[in-house]
Amino acid sequence: MAEASVPALALNDITCRFAARDGGEPYTAVADTTLIVRDGEFVSVVGPTGCGKSTLLNVAAGLLAPSAGIVEVHGERLLPELGVNRRAGYMFQADALMPWRRGIDNVVAGLEFRGVPRAQALRQGEEWLRRVGLAGFGDRYPHQMSGGMRKRLALAQTLILSPDILLMDEPFSALDVQTRQLMENELLALWAENRKSVLFITHDLEEAIALSDRVVVLSAGPATRPIGEFTVELSRPRDVSEVRMTPGFAELHREIWHAMKEEVLKAYARQRAA
Amino acid sequence: MRMDPWRLTGLRLLVLVVAIGIWHVLTDPDLIPPFYFSDPARAAFFFGRPFKVFGTIIDWFVTGEIFGHLAITLLETALGFVVGAVLGLGVGLWLALSPTASAILDPYIKGFNSMPRVVLAPIFAVWFGLGVWSKVALGVTLVFFVVFFNVYQGVREVSPNIIASARMLGAGPRQLLRSIYLPSAMSWVFASLHNAVGLAFVGAVVGEYLGSARGVGYLILQAEGTFDINTVFAGILVLTAFALLLDMAVGVVERRLLLWQPKMSETEPT
Repeated sequence: MAEASVPALALNDITCRFAARDGGEPYTAVADTTLIVRDGEFVSVVGPTGCGKSTLLNVAAGLLAPSAGIVEVHGERLLPELGVNRRAGYMFQADALMPWRRGIDNVVAGLEFRGVPRAQALRQGEEWLRRVGLAGFGDRYPHQMSGGMRKRLALAQTLILSPDILLMDEPFSALDVQTRQLMENELLALWAENRKSVLFITHDLEEAIALSDRVVVLSAGPATRPIGEFTVELSRPRDVSEVRMTPGFAELHREIWHAMKEEVLKAYARQRAA
Repeated sequence: MRMDPWRLTGLRLLVLVVAIGIWHVLTDPDLIPPFYFSDPARAAFFFGRPFKVFGTIIDWFVTGEIFGHLAITLLETALGFVVGAVLGLGVGLWLALSPTASAILDPYIKGFNSMPRVVLAPIFAVWFGLGVWSKVALGVTLVFFVVFFNVYQGVREVSPNIIASARMLGAGPRQLLRSIYLPSAMSWVFASLHNAVGLAFVGAVVGEYLGSARGVGYLILQAEGTFDINTVFAGILVLTAFALLLDMAVGVVERRLLLWQPKMSETEPT
């Protein structure tokens, strides 16, 4: 398996500094971070709020150039000045749907940008609406949909291009618990169909364990870096609400939480001081 | 509070009838003793008489005299609006997407916007003559800035998430312009549509009033020259009615095109 040796996504020694707005010391959001996502692997990144998780994802997407470090996508170097990561799909935390487009037109946007003929795009779009459980809702505008429906729509919009790498930035954090578990199961089912590489950002440890093959724990900001890595060896296919009841899950949760706790408290203390 | 629509319409008409009644009573030389003017006909001279005004309006429509003038005024309005909106949209998009040009031109834009642009009307009359185009030019200067500022704002306020998302979906600069910036800016243009159409109408009428050979503004100007106050009022009423119609038409277009925007309440009234 020569291919398996080349990771789908490799962030090597990434550092991101942001110029301070008032001209003071630059703020280091991420420092010397190395993060690998293997082909077909589901990796979650957890960390306290405000630790630069999204920064890392933007770097992987090619939306943000790191101050130092190299990003490689399937062995090829990603240069943000030449454009975004074409092999990645990005699901944002906040709504990123185009409010002036109906559901179906949002789903086919990516195909449209790539010049796929309209009739073919619509056929694929309808198929994807069906797969995310939105069949018949294609002519609704985003504002006429619930939060869960909008997430499904965004998922279809991203997956229709069948990206090799899926970048997800707390995609379900705005949803209520029930809808969220539904969406997590659907994501797992869709992922199981063709095993894309996933980099999933979340602040919810349970979500991270339930979904992933591997969980990476980040330290509190500033100068965030990975401080722990845990392999999740729970059997698949999983049901996110059932897997939480298993002893293996509880054991792993305890272990990771132990590593995280100090960082969470640090972040909390810093926020209180600010 | 909700009112029966028939009752509401009835009450609205009542206000109109009462207003016209008062107008009639106060200006009819035979009905009231002259308590302010020494000459009983003086009130009618200054304020016109409602039935004569209506007579003039009916006359205009029966003889068809008004149609030519109205058509000219509406044509000027339409041209002023379209040219002004297209220019505003183009320049707004350009400046919003080009920070350098925007920084250089900023003081001039502010200057032109602060200028009372109606004073340009005489200059336009010299440049474009007394025909349609001098009125269109005036309308354009009024409409342009409303649309321009809205487009500028609209493009600046597109959510960075939507732009990032479109880029990740593979949109190049041209597609970003077409699929993200333009629709977003258009929604702001429509938000200012009532205002812009109203200003185009003002441009047309003021232009006509300052010098023209046709149009409703010209009718008013002529009547004023002969102290024919009834005709002046008739012209004003016709203009008002058409301004209202225009506004309603804009409302219909707006509802069609802004279907995607959330309303405050989407529930059906029971």
